[in-house]
Amino acid sequence: MPERDAREPVTGRTPVLAGAGEKGRNAMARPAAGGRRSAAPRRIDAARARFIAGFLAAPVLLYAVYVIAPYAQAFSIALTDWRGVSASPRFVGLENFRRLAGDSVFWTAVGHNALLLVLLPLLTIAIALSFAFLLNAGGANGGGVAGSRFYRVVFFFPQVLAVAIVAVLFQQVFRPDGSGMLNAPLIALGLEPVGFLSDPGVAFWSILGVLVWQAVGFYVVLFSAGMASIPREMYEAARIDGAGPGRLFFRITLPLLWDTVQVGWIYLGIAALDVFAVVWVMTPERGGPDHSTTVMAAEIYRNAFQYFRFGYASAMGVVLFFFTVAFAAAALRLSRRERVEY
Amino acid sequence: MVSQAGKVTLGRSASRERRRARLGPLSGLSHAALVVWTALVTVPIAWTFLASVKSEDEIFGSAWSLPASLRWDNWARAFENAHVGRYMLNSLVVVALSTTGTMLLGSMAAYVLARYRFRGNRAIYLLFVSGLAFPVYLALTPLFFVVQNMGRLPLVGPLIGLDTYGGLVLVYIAYSLPFTIFFLSAFFRTLPEAVAEAAFVDGASHARVFFQIMLPMARPGIVSITIFNVLGQWNQYQIPLVLLSGQAQDKWVLTQGIAAISTAAGYDADWSALFAALSMAILPMLVVYTVFQRQIQAGLTAGALK
Repeated sequence: MPERDAREPVTGRTPVLAGAGEKGRNAMARPAAGGRRSAAPRRIDAARARFIAGFLAAPVLLYAVYVIAPYAQAFSIALTDWRGVSASPRFVGLENFRRLAGDSVFWTAVGHNALLLVLLPLLTIAIALSFAFLLNAGGANGGGVAGSRFYRVVFFFPQVLAVAIVAVLFQQVFRPDGSGMLNAPLIALGLEPVGFLSDPGVAFWSILGVLVWQAVGFYVVLFSAGMASIPREMYEAARIDGAGPGRLFFRITLPLLWDTVQVGWIYLGIAALDVFAVVWVMTPERGGPDHSTTVMAAEIYRNAFQYFRFGYASAMGVVLFFFTVAFAAAALRLSRRERVEY
Repeated sequence: MVSQAGKVTLGRSASRERRRARLGPLSGLSHAALVVWTALVTVPIAWTFLASVKSEDEIFGSAWSLPASLRWDNWARAFENAHVGRYMLNSLVVVALSTTGTMLLGSMAAYVLARYRFRGNRAIYLLFVSGLAFPVYLALTPLFFVVQNMGRLPLVGPLIGLDTYGGLVLVYIAYSLPFTIFFLSAFFRTLPEAVAEAAFVDGASHARVFFQIMLPMARPGIVSITIFNVLGQWNQYQIPLVLLSGQAQDKWVLTQGIAAISTAAGYDADWSALFAALSMAILPMLVVYTVFQRQIQAGLTAGALK
């Protein structure tokens, strides 16, 4: 024992690498005689371990504090009646969820999210696929139409704008009188102006329109990239067999692009569940008129930061979480088809 | 890309007549559809720019009238009185810090998780990637209190609490890590082993191999994901809304500021300044996009194409 104690500092000092804990563990695990011979690999091991720990420490810590901890807390806050910044939370079990079940405004919001979940991907993908097909295969002999690059550049632009900025922009475009971009020509034609945002029957469709407006370009570019990797010989062969553009699209493009379409579908579905800024910024009463445009995220924000019902808002968040998980699981299961290899 | 473009032009000239005969009507229709969508995208933006140099009366008169004179004072008013200049500067400061931090921490973690085998590797990777599936709205309330509590820490507290740049920056970094790590670790896995091994034999440290060899080799991936993060963080609205309250208006980011101006315009009725503010928010994006559109398209679609 005294022997080893005397030797240990020698192996430990020369490389400055080994940390205290590492040294102790190794001294315990290995016979004293092997100490000198294994010094070099041990040093490397220790350096490697310190490198790994050093590189992971900051990101993991930040992630644990700001992401993991809040998500974990959300589930427990949902079981409390926490109201107000000063009040302390009291455990109420599933009471929030029971109340939520009878909250008609929340279910209106859920309904809007559900409608968006179906319509936003459907419209966006249908429009984007047609444009991508025209741009890539709608022109000469399977080539793109003239100026296809220009169209791609223009269509994509809304994607780089912030949703909040787009919302303010369309608030002006949709103005209900002669100062609105869309209503001015209607009035000039002698028609009744449309209350794009003020008519409860129309407002939701205006929201959907803005969302589609912003999303289409991204998917045109995405699908174009997918279509570019489809071998041109396939189109040539089909064309020689007398297939028209419609058949080309449904028999070749769509099946070969299915993976990309599936990814797009999931992205848009999640976007539909997370709609917030368009509704919050653009609509009157932040989700109005008369709750006709409200969505789950808006109700969560309103309950948490305007009514200070933290427990109740967290319960809504938990419901949104389960909708998101259910959607992702269903989308992966339903849309998985035989992959066409090419 | 280049060879394909060449093939397209070649094919086009060779079969122009045949195509005319077959695709004539479709081609006309498709061009019409493309032109209509181009108008749908460009006209609202152009209309906003036009309104930004109109007087109040002209804005309320007819939406499509041309301004009698170009009123650039709207822009000056938006920049000064409506603080758009201030908001823009705030956004610049926050995004510069948060994207730098995201890329540094994200690439470090991604590299270690992609190229080192150790116990817990898989668990940590899954922990990060699972963050992609969670809706941020679930975390909003606790996040607010986490940041509030961070503000009570000794020394650093005043820099990273509520209503501070630091708090917002750290939250941006944390919420950008899942996608950054997911994307970059896939990228690091594809890099060849040989160069790094040679460097290790020459006695380079792990950190040195990362910063001087692997990081430069991963450049294309780094560029894509940097663009993705810059745009995502620049356009963020929900998180600043929660973390930068009404008492910290001097720290508001651009999205927050513009949205607030639109709400306030109902009362102050400085509509022309609102249009100018809106144009000021769009213009830099338009310029940056025009210059870097290829890289931006690649960066934003990179995640979906994997």
